[in-house]
Amino acid sequence: MLRKVYVFAALGLALMAAPALAVTTQVEPKEIHWSFEGPVGKFDRGQLQRGYKVYREVCSSCHSMNLVSFRNLGQKGGPFYDAEYPNPNDNPYVKSIAKDYQVNDIDSETGDVVQRPGTSADRFPNPYPNEPAARAGNGGALPPDMSTLSKAREGGSAYIYSILTGYKTPSANLKVPPGKYYNPYMPGDVSGFWSGDMKDVPEGGFIAMPPPLVAGKVTFDDGTPSTLEQQASDVAVFLAWASEPKMEERKAFGVGAMIYLLIFSVLLYVSYRRIWRNIAH
Amino acid sequence: MSGHSTYEPKSGVEKWLDTRLPIVRLAYDSLVDFPTPKNLNYWYTFGGILALCLGIQIVTGIVLAMHYVPHVDMAFNSVERIMRDVNYGWLVRYMHANGASMFFIAVYVHMFRGLYYGSYKAPREVLWILGCVIYLLMMATAFMGYVLPWGQMSFHGAVVITNLFGALPIVGQSITTWLWGGFAVDDPTLNRFFSLHYLLPFMIAGVVILHIWALHVVGNNNPTGVSVQSKEDTVPFHPYYTVKDGFAISVFLLMFAAFVFFNPNALGDAVNYVPANPLVTPAHIVPEWYFLPFYAILRAVPDKLMGVLMMFGAIAMLFILPWLDTSKVRSMRYRPTAKLYFFIFVLACLVLGFCGGKLPDAHVIPGLTTFQLLDADLNSMVWLSRFAAAYYFSYFLIILPVLGLTEVPLAQPLSISAPVLSHPAKAPVGAAASPEKRG
Ligand code: HEC
Ligand code: HEM
Repeated sequence: MLRKVYVFAALGLALMAAPALAVTTQVEPKEIHWSFEGPVGKFDRGQLQRGYKVYREVCSSCHSMNLVSFRNLGQKGGPFYDAEYPNPNDNPYVKSIAKDYQVNDIDSETGDVVQRPGTSADRFPNPYPNEPAARAGNGGALPPDMSTLSKAREGGSAYIYSILTGYKTPSANLKVPPGKYYNPYMPGDVSGFWSGDMKDVPEGGFIAMPPPLVAGKVTFDDGTPSTLEQQASDVAVFLAWASEPKMEERKAFGVGAMIYLLIFSVLLYVSYRRIWRNIAH
Repeated sequence: MSGHSTYEPKSGVEKWLDTRLPIVRLAYDSLVDFPTPKNLNYWYTFGGILALCLGIQIVTGIVLAMHYVPHVDMAFNSVERIMRDVNYGWLVRYMHANGASMFFIAVYVHMFRGLYYGSYKAPREVLWILGCVIYLLMMATAFMGYVLPWGQMSFHGAVVITNLFGALPIVGQSITTWLWGGFAVDDPTLNRFFSLHYLLPFMIAGVVILHIWALHVVGNNNPTGVSVQSKEDTVPFHPYYTVKDGFAISVFLLMFAAFVFFNPNALGDAVNYVPANPLVTPAHIVPEWYFLPFYAILRAVPDKLMGVLMMFGAIAMLFILPWLDTSKVRSMRYRPTAKLYFFIFVLACLVLGFCGGKLPDAHVIPGLTTFQLLDADLNSMVWLSRFAAAYYFSYFLIILPVLGLTEVPLAQPLSISAPVLSHPAKAPVGAAASPEKRG
């Protein structure tokens, strides 16, 4: 039955020109400059480390990051890469981060489920044992897994930054449902909750995540002032890395590949001109 | 194949092999000595580019298949694992995902090239139809490949497209159930899509061989559309076209690399990085860009069955095109009127692609509400799609058949080597000589 419902929902959306369909709106993400933009842009190591701290101390209490292992933090291009430890599993800093987490395991003697300190090979453990528990802890909403979050949203880092810094006290004409928060950068349709002029329905939607960051929430070890914007951009960069941990390797490889292809193209063009020299065409 | 072979086995081994299996002769005749018109321009390099694209997809695909897990619970994570933990897995996966787009860019250029220079006309009908078969197989392959990473768009795209078969009367529901291997898009669907996604590229490779065989029987067309008349008109494929195609391939690879290394997700939909969830339908289901024109045609028709038929009809037009175009003049260089309609046709295809990516009732001109025509505002994507789709079909069914009979083409050159006419009186039939228009 459920299957039928979503099949028809999908088809309805796809095939009908339903005139009164609710319109999803959102404000375009804020424009900010990232160090990793462009073909040679890299992550700022300090920013990644601060971003990790924000993730660790704030986001990780609700959001999982299933695809990332502790060792990834110490691999090339990662926040805690150390040239002295080419094998990130040996990186002492990474090991100590892992040790702070308790992960589930099976006692090989008794078969009991036990908890043990993490190792660099472990993945980041989930904050909740399962999805229903995660929903129950968040008023029915599911905090999305953060491993691919940055590339799973149009706008990527800018979008995440805008969500985190974009919470706004709505006008009195907007009745925000309990457990929800108004955020102009979140795609949504709030017209059903709007009692003012239908021409001025605020853009954006409701989000079930309470504003996770305020100024001073995380103390940065490098002395960077902990403004809301600073924390938000740092964690946005960390999440960009978590989505694309091989980005720096990819770009470095790419620059080499482009230079190679460029030289190759020039040589081929010169050969082409020489070979065709005597052919009228 | 056609003509006589100029291959002369040099070593003893070659002679021995040549009398038993003349495979070196085959390669020599098709890739080295093959006489090729000397006036082919860069639009003609896309055949070689396409062959390379197929090779890249097969090689990267086979490596991906070594690590990919076709199971609904593991597919998404296995693709991410490829990019995170497999050595150079990101390279292989991004080459494959972007390679599909590059493949379609190349095939579209290749096809529009054929439309413009009349490469579908006698004696190249079979060659053209084999190309259309390759295109169909490519679409099937790419559609099933896109389902494999099992993201939100993979899943819901598969649901929408497989459900189209449900529109067929009587048998529709049974066909969809049969396609799914169950009562919904689920694990059996993913598994068979993987199996077929692995198989079809090799079928494409087979049809490519037939395509090249057919090409070597009739020879290349060329920008003038005038048939090759003497050795004067041709050069051997090697080194003349190996170097020209090689240069074009290298430039194409530069563009390909710019996507793979610096913008690998630009051509894909961000939503596909959300793992598939049957219970949550994405706000906006859109196929990959290369299907958008057909998607627009599908949605332009209010009736589902008719929409499906129109969509397939749009592709069917290509198959019967050789018999729709009544003009004897191949190249549109010498058909000024047809040329104009051709460029409008290209525009119509782009407009369809544009509409396919938008919501049907979105405004074309923002903020302007005109008047309700039947089921939608006139200033809406759905109406724009209807106009473009109408043009698409008219181009094949009305314009090309009628134009061939009514237009006055420019005089064509007597031969490839003589682009300047010396004897307008000897111009081929159908090419009315009108000296004042010659240019
Ligand atoms: C109290 C729990 C909680 C904390 C802490 C938390 N989140 Fe969330 N987050 C949620 C929930 C719940 C949702 C789902 C919201 C929804 O679907 O409406 C969410 C959604 C999101 C989204 C996705 C919005 C979208 O487009 O769907 C982003 C981005 C996000 N969180 C970032 C963060 C970041 C960054 C942090 C750390 C600074 C963080 N969150 C901390 C609970 C939390
Ligand atoms: C005609 C040639 C081919 C085309 C057009 C094509 C197209 C595609 C596309 C569009 C995807 C989805 C990309 C993504 O977003 O992740 C894909 C995935 C995949 N393809 Fe292919 N493919 C071709 C050949 C092959 C071959 C020959 C194989 C195997 C032998 C293969 C194996 C795979 C695998 C395992 C995936 C899933 C991994 C992934 O999603 O990246 N493909 N293909």
